[in-house]
Amino acid sequence: MTGPAAGTAGPQAERHHDRHRRQPVRVVLAKLGLDGHDRGLKVVARMLRDAGLEVIYLGLRQTTESILLAVEQEDADVIGLSIHNGGHLTLAPRMVDAVRAAGLVVPVVVGGIVPDVDLERLAEAGVFAVLGPGASAAEVAETVRAAAAARRI
Amino acid sequence: MTVEPTGAPAPEHPAPPPSNPAGSPPDDVAALFARTRNGDRRALGRLLTYTEGGGPLADAVAASAWPLTGGAHVVGVTGAPGVGKSTLTDRLAQVAIDDGRRVAILAVDPSSPLTGGAILGDRVRMGSAAAAGGPFVRSMASRGQSGGLALAALGAVRLLDAAGHDQIFVETVGIGQVEVDIARTADTTIVAVSPGWGDAVQANKAGLLEMADIFVVNKADRAGAADARRDLEHMLDLGHHGDWRPPVVLAVATTGDGADELFKHVGEHRRHLRDHRSEGDRRARQVAEEMRRRLHRWVDVLVAQPSGRAAELFTEVAAGRLAPSLAARRLAGELGRADGAGAETGG
Ligand code: B12
Ligand SMILES: Nc1nc2c(ncn2[C@@H]2O[C@H](COP(=O)(O)OP(=O)(O)O)[C@@H](O)[C@H]2O)c(=O)[nH]1
Ligand SMILES: [Mg+2]
Repeated sequence: MTGPAAGTAGPQAERHHDRHRRQPVRVVLAKLGLDGHDRGLKVVARMLRDAGLEVIYLGLRQTTESILLAVEQEDADVIGLSIHNGGHLTLAPRMVDAVRAAGLVVPVVVGGIVPDVDLERLAEAGVFAVLGPGASAAEVAETVRAAAAARRI
Repeated sequence: MTVEPTGAPAPEHPAPPPSNPAGSPPDDVAALFARTRNGDRRALGRLLTYTEGGGPLADAVAASAWPLTGGAHVVGVTGAPGVGKSTLTDRLAQVAIDDGRRVAILAVDPSSPLTGGAILGDRVRMGSAAAAGGPFVRSMASRGQSGGLALAALGAVRLLDAAGHDQIFVETVGIGQVEVDIARTADTTIVAVSPGWGDAVQANKAGLLEMADIFVVNKADRAGAADARRDLEHMLDLGHHGDWRPPVVLAVATTGDGADELFKHVGEHRRHLRDHRSEGDRRARQVAEEMRRRLHRWVDVLVAQPSGRAAELFTEVAAGRLAPSLAARRLAGELGRADGAGAETGG
């Protein structure tokens, strides 16, 4: 079922593509700093597991550095941040910048409490998508999958 | 700084290394492997993904890694969910690092049998993993591949070994045959229980007692730790062990109490292995065991999805033209000449 596809165009690109087709998407989930609202992150972890993804759960009190370290060691496809402390305008762009500075192309998805007026600024800062309270399991899974498809190695 | 391996172009900027240096294709195992040898976490992370994926890429990684393996001491940490394996492993890793080791941790968790997804939460309890200078930690989901997981985990351990880690911890939930298989590939196996009869009895049932080289009664801050130790000692009195009687250590992983003593026993068991069975013998046995497993899996896949010559023989048998015993014998005979092309053997 995983036999190598007959070499048509670019076997290397083909294999890269294979990785996403035949291996589950891997997403790192974390909260930055002292924000203790982890209920949403736990809910999202279960939603993603139930959608067939592999969640590397880091939980509370992470830093951009600890997240980046986990992304490298775990070869994660997506970074999922959950932010409820009003710090999204500094925390999320800082994460995106850290990822870029490291030479990685790993999309950052944000959830939690983000006022609508801030959505555009987060998009400009390079955040892949923002989901808020009430996001359905299907929305959460689709968003993270779409982000994984945008990942480059 | 180490010299860039031949074949890979010199990077224009020394740091940070781009994830895909111009000129080396994303799946160039040799280039990634050379970077891994230079301590590049990201390259190692990617090669572990290939190893997990199985197939030709995993074989290529294994081929690169094999000649460089053998330097690591592999410690399995197993026991019931929630007993404190991750917290304990983190403490042990810390002690080993302070002792000057290069440490890696492979944390294996079950996938959901329904969806194939998984929540890999061991890093939550591994504070040292979050800091620079800590161990290299990789989480691995079982992905429902019963035979393949032990092989994928073994491949990952080999790769971590080849990458220069001399102390490797493998955390598995001690519940099933697969976990037992993984733990068996370790040089030293620590079985963790917590106070209360339940765990010790469970451990006994699961056959964990026989595989333990060291017991740890974790959560010794709770009532009943001394009783649990006595129960284990009793079971050891009754059972038959060779020239190594597994020590029983009390620990409180959350505070780190007992971690030093536990690591001391790990070192003693390692020395015991060196002294009592020659290193070469042990490695030969491990390799033979791996060959047995790989062949087993190869045959399983061949029977489940017959292709090529196997498919022909199956058709012959189904049509009543050939006895199964004869067909099996022919296939086995040809196995000796086949190069395995086309068979998906996993990890
Ligand atoms: C429960 C709760 C708490 C609990 C938290 C328990 C816990 N362990 O999580 C407790 C009581 C501890 C708490 C404390 C506080 N809270 Co409170 N809390 C809430 C409350 C009522 C619900 C949050 C929740 O759990 N929702 C349920 C989950 C499932 O929803 P969710 O987190 O939004 O997640 C969904 C989506 O956002 C999305 N999502 C979330 N994360 C991610 C990540 C990814 C990758 C993706 C794809 C999607 C995604 O998917 C999820 C499913 O739909 C909210 C109000 C609200 N309506 O949101 C306030 C709220 C978040 N809290 C607030 C405040 C101010 C506090 C306190 C500072 C109060 C105080 N003065 O003490 C403290 C701070 C504590 C701390 N250390 O951080 C404010 C935040 C204001 C702001 N950001 O501007 C809120 C918005 C209330 C308000 N309206 O003022 N709180
Ligand atoms: N009281 C106490 N709790 C512990 C101890 N070790 C671990 N724990 C807690 O037990 C829970 C499970 O620990 P974890 O390391 O994740 O266990 P694992 O599932 O075996 O890997 C966590 O809440 C830990 O904080 C200990 O020695 N004493
Ligand atoms: Mg654990």
